[in-house]
Amino acid sequence: MANKQLTTEELVVQARQIRRLIIQMLASAGSGHPGGSLSATDLITALYFNVLRFNPGDPQWPDRDRFHMSKGHACPLWYAVLAQTGYFPKEKLFTLRQFGSMLQGHPDRKTPGVESASGSLGQGLSIVLGMSLAAKVDKKDYRVYVLLGDGEVQEGNIWEAAMACGHFACSNLCAILDFNGCQIDGRCEDIMGLEPLAAKWQAFGWHVIEINGHDMQQILAAYDQAKTIKNKPTIIIARTVKGKGVSFMEGVVGFHGRAPTQEEAQRALKELA
Amino acid sequence: MAEQLYQRDVYGATLVKLGLLDKNIVVLDADLSSSTRTNLFAKQFPDRFFNFGVAEQNMMAAAAGLASCGKTVFLSTFAVFAAGRAWDQVRVSISYNNFNIKIVATHAGITVGPDGASHQALEDIALMRVLANMNIIVPCDGPQTEDAIMAAADKPGPFYIRLGRSKVPTIENKGEFKFGQAQLLTEGNDVAIVACGIMVTEALQAAKNLAAKGIKARLINMHTIRPLDNAIIFKAAKETKLIIVCEEHNIIGGLASSIDEVVAENFPVKVIRVGVRNRFGQSGEPEELLKEYNLSSLDIEKAVLANISQNKK
Repeated sequence: MANKQLTTEELVVQARQIRRLIIQMLASAGSGHPGGSLSATDLITALYFNVLRFNPGDPQWPDRDRFHMSKGHACPLWYAVLAQTGYFPKEKLFTLRQFGSMLQGHPDRKTPGVESASGSLGQGLSIVLGMSLAAKVDKKDYRVYVLLGDGEVQEGNIWEAAMACGHFACSNLCAILDFNGCQIDGRCEDIMGLEPLAAKWQAFGWHVIEINGHDMQQILAAYDQAKTIKNKPTIIIARTVKGKGVSFMEGVVGFHGRAPTQEEAQRALKELA
Repeated sequence: MAEQLYQRDVYGATLVKLGLLDKNIVVLDADLSSSTRTNLFAKQFPDRFFNFGVAEQNMMAAAAGLASCGKTVFLSTFAVFAAGRAWDQVRVSISYNNFNIKIVATHAGITVGPDGASHQALEDIALMRVLANMNIIVPCDGPQTEDAIMAAADKPGPFYIRLGRSKVPTIENKGEFKFGQAQLLTEGNDVAIVACGIMVTEALQAAKNLAAKGIKARLINMHTIRPLDNAIIFKAAKETKLIIVCEEHNIIGGLASSIDEVVAENFPVKVIRVGVRNRFGQSGEPEELLKEYNLSSLDIEKAVLANISQNKK
């Protein structure tokens, strides 16, 4: 579906709305992962509202672009975006992590718009590689996107997939790396250094675009550029801030996997008003 | 002398047949296509074959991406790598998603031979059997390999199909292959022998030897391990009171465990396991190894004689 394009100003407003939903969902659930959901919000909002081709009324439309969230713990972000783009009513968001809910603690195919489960890190790049190859076999022109975490690229499976995406020259594939610099046990560079990250992906045969992952104009320009790249996959390495948008969560490792209390949620929502 | 076939030759040829019938089928391999015989498919359908190199984790999860786009995926590597190396990818990306992916693992069991312990999968059935949604077939010979592959192509969902490396004799008069329904190869009420894979040949020989001693063994070819044919087991338990289970696998977690579990819950009788006991394999020729690891027809016969009640002897 050719979705109505939003202006960058409208995208900023939409992203703020999605951040509010993330806070409300997590406070209501009492558990979950705010930090990495908020850091990737601008990237995924722009992707769904201005880039992806899809039809929420027909989630299995064969010509849809595919998106997969490999860093599955950021699914509150995915669910909020799916609700905001019409896959399911917003009220459903408040069943997150509850018994019987279609919104599981980590992505599950019972959620409309979710193509594959995730939650065990490192597998998602391979999954979109498979989707990219399926497009090749079927001679279809859809594109595939995947959101990776920075801690996640410490997994060996990522580099097996990175090598293969380069080998198979998957120009219909675009990876988005949410480079917020934090993982559960601390700063990535202290736990297991990632740099030089761009050079690593380049060496594996990728086109690399480095941006500020909170600047809507840079984000949109990166998606546009990725579509023009021939014979190689693209990765957008987006510098982000963990917990972005909520002052007391920004850069705080502790908010990787802890939901805000009701009181914290109220403060956060005031900041995001 | 019975016809002898490589199961993987039959597999490769069956893939080509399927490829002609259904253009939705894609095949993946991880640098072993000449051994697994997926190269037969690759030659005929190069646009639907992908070699992932020595990267099984990537192959398993990429299979999930292909399946999510509606492809029927067959993928192959050696059993040690298929079941062990990429188990979490099989768990989360294949089994949990319940995708239409057929893992056809070759070179299973001790009869891999000279390559030794690292390459002899004795734990693969156990590893695959604990995964919800997973279907498991261990065909006993060449023709049954084709039946198993066709059945898996027919039925949506994840499959693990276990094949060997060596040639195996074709077993006559097995009757029709039905997925999930075991085959009765000999009739008898003195003892039930349940076997899968190459152990069916050994068990058949044991049943013949026992018959010469006046012991009538009921031999069951349990080609489908999940879902298990409970009815044939309960009937055997009831009517023979003694079950001998034979598998080219660790005695923990495989066919014997499957049978132990349902017998213990429903009709407790003695179940004796003929399999590999708390050991890794080693280099050697298949026949030498079957003997060393107590997997020969003589070992099955001994297990029966040691456990059958005196009045039946």
